[in-house]
Amino acid sequence: MGRTLAEKVWDDHVVRRAEGEPDLLFIDLHLLHEVTSPQAFDGLRLAGRPVRRTDLTIATEDHNTPTLDIDKPIADPVSKVQLETLRRNAAEFGVRIHSLGDVEQGVVHVVGPQLGLTQPGMTVVCGDSHTSTHGAFGALAFGIGTSQVEHVLATQTLPLAPFRTMAVTVEGELPHGVTAKDLILAVITKIGTGGGQGYVLEYRGSAIRGLSMEARMTICNMSIEAGARAGMIAPDETTFAYLKDRPHAPQGEDWDAAVAYWRTLGTDEDAVFDHEIFIDAAELTPFVTWGTNPGQGAPLGANVPDPASFADPQERASAENALAYMGLEAGTPLREVKVDAVFVGSCTNGRIEDLRAAAAVVEGRRIADGVRMLVVPGSVRVSLQAVEEGLDKVFTAAGAEWRHAGCSMCLGMNPDQLAPGERCASTSNRNFEGRQGKGGRTHLVSPQVAAATAVLGRLAAPSDLTSTVAVEA
Amino acid sequence: MEKFTTHTGRAVPLRRSNVDTDQIIPAHWLKKVTRSGFEGGLFEAWRKDESFILNRPERQGATVLVAGPEFGTGSSREHAVWALQNYGFHAVISSRFADIFRGNSLKNGLLTVVLPQETVERLWALTESDPSVEITVDLEAREVRAEGITASFELDDNVRWRLLNGLDDISITLRNEADIAAFEATRPAFKPRTLPVA
Repeated sequence: MGRTLAEKVWDDHVVRRAEGEPDLLFIDLHLLHEVTSPQAFDGLRLAGRPVRRTDLTIATEDHNTPTLDIDKPIADPVSKVQLETLRRNAAEFGVRIHSLGDVEQGVVHVVGPQLGLTQPGMTVVCGDSHTSTHGAFGALAFGIGTSQVEHVLATQTLPLAPFRTMAVTVEGELPHGVTAKDLILAVITKIGTGGGQGYVLEYRGSAIRGLSMEARMTICNMSIEAGARAGMIAPDETTFAYLKDRPHAPQGEDWDAAVAYWRTLGTDEDAVFDHEIFIDAAELTPFVTWGTNPGQGAPLGANVPDPASFADPQERASAENALAYMGLEAGTPLREVKVDAVFVGSCTNGRIEDLRAAAAVVEGRRIADGVRMLVVPGSVRVSLQAVEEGLDKVFTAAGAEWRHAGCSMCLGMNPDQLAPGERCASTSNRNFEGRQGKGGRTHLVSPQVAAATAVLGRLAAPSDLTSTVAVEA
Repeated sequence: MEKFTTHTGRAVPLRRSNVDTDQIIPAHWLKKVTRSGFEGGLFEAWRKDESFILNRPERQGATVLVAGPEFGTGSSREHAVWALQNYGFHAVISSRFADIFRGNSLKNGLLTVVLPQETVERLWALTESDPSVEITVDLEAREVRAEGITASFELDDNVRWRLLNGLDDISITLRNEADIAAFEATRPAFKPRTLPVA
């Protein structure tokens, strides 16, 4: 019987397989950041163990880093200690690091792919649940806890429980104005926050094949929000074209050997998935969340749902809690929900295409009075590219704030936070209570919807802007 | 890791589904570089409400958390497990756990037990009607026992063996160091390295 993409990558990394034991898998790339690594390095020190493969390990600073005044000392003393701890650990153990101010610094899941370190057929781990992003290249990539970070540092392997496979097949063409973000939000609402539990999702079908690498990363990034172990997309010409000539992509004969291998990775025609779901791309519309988990979403054209409409008592209770926290009334059209802030950035939507898409919407327009819009590039490289294209000026001319790279308001570990009760349209990945700041209220949206929302001051799609007059340039 | 064989204690019924790790321990707590001292951050936002279940006098000293489905979704932060342990919990019972949280818990000796939602409801009803009731989580017998309730649960044999003996994963893996070295010798040359490129 044929094998799926995920099964092939798994099989190619089994170091040891024994009866009654989990498979021991080799890890090709280990990404580190400051938040989930300090206790792991401490563990190594206590046991007197080195990092086994510093040449397969790389660190970047992202969660705590400020997005303003990066040339000054970090104001928050606790953040400062954590960043300094990473720097000290990297120096002591010989791990490559990209610190604040370095041209390769940025959100770990933006940095790996742009350096060409993330390649098809690899196993990639990081102490960060959004490691699923790297699955866009046909890598088996997943988030791990700090104990596992220590395990990988010490052994470059992980014992892993077997997974099941789920095909998420999206056929057709995404309608104009509908993005990868809308697609993945719709998938999560369809299968629920636990629907992917135990599964590696493989996104396939003509709609997926038609997406850019950046859009594919947006989709795989949010696989974890459906509870999945990982999300993957088979490598193809789009993948190879993205990787060619990146700093760490194979060169010359190695490139040819790599591509030949990568072409063998796609799911075999006779392979069987444990579960399959189908989505008609043509039926998708801009999608937003109304609740406090990423599965509580609806088309932008819908109303805030009535908790009573949920048959499952747990879901009903969850919806009731969510509406109370979000300060929303059942039946309110989502398009009438006013926002105080807009955040464009994160490992979900902080890449150059995302910034271009948001800039195209605000270009020649002003953001609404009383709305604060923060634009945070996913990495310094993305930032430099955006500046070269003049996108920073487009944003600032519209009244938005252009910031330095980092995780920023996706999780508010740095000073970029919502005030209690503030409502934000955010291109990030989690609308959990307090995620963007204590008492903050988050609606997850695409970059296009975020930008249109900033202009109108209420949840909106770019198509809603056609009736408004653009400011003369 | 400390051994886990069997544990008996009073319970906290947490009647909420989709309790994500941002609720268990908010991000601003993650700046700490130790594994201890997270108890104050456990469910920090909800604990500001005096009526929150964890704040009630009859729940002080409870050691078994009985939670709704999809417990531990979201971020991979192991700090969520440390916060529960630092606070004093030894076991969490739910009908469904998020994968990464579950993995993290079992690597730290916090036993996460999966029981049918129907059984969770019965445990909720029991501890709500009498908060002094004790629940026993017996890993050797793979059984949860409380007044009038005996429920067996499943747990992977290998994971159970590691928990019962308090074994350290890394030292087990390093016993097979030769296998790792042999695998490394066969890796294709085109695989990337993180060493800086000129």
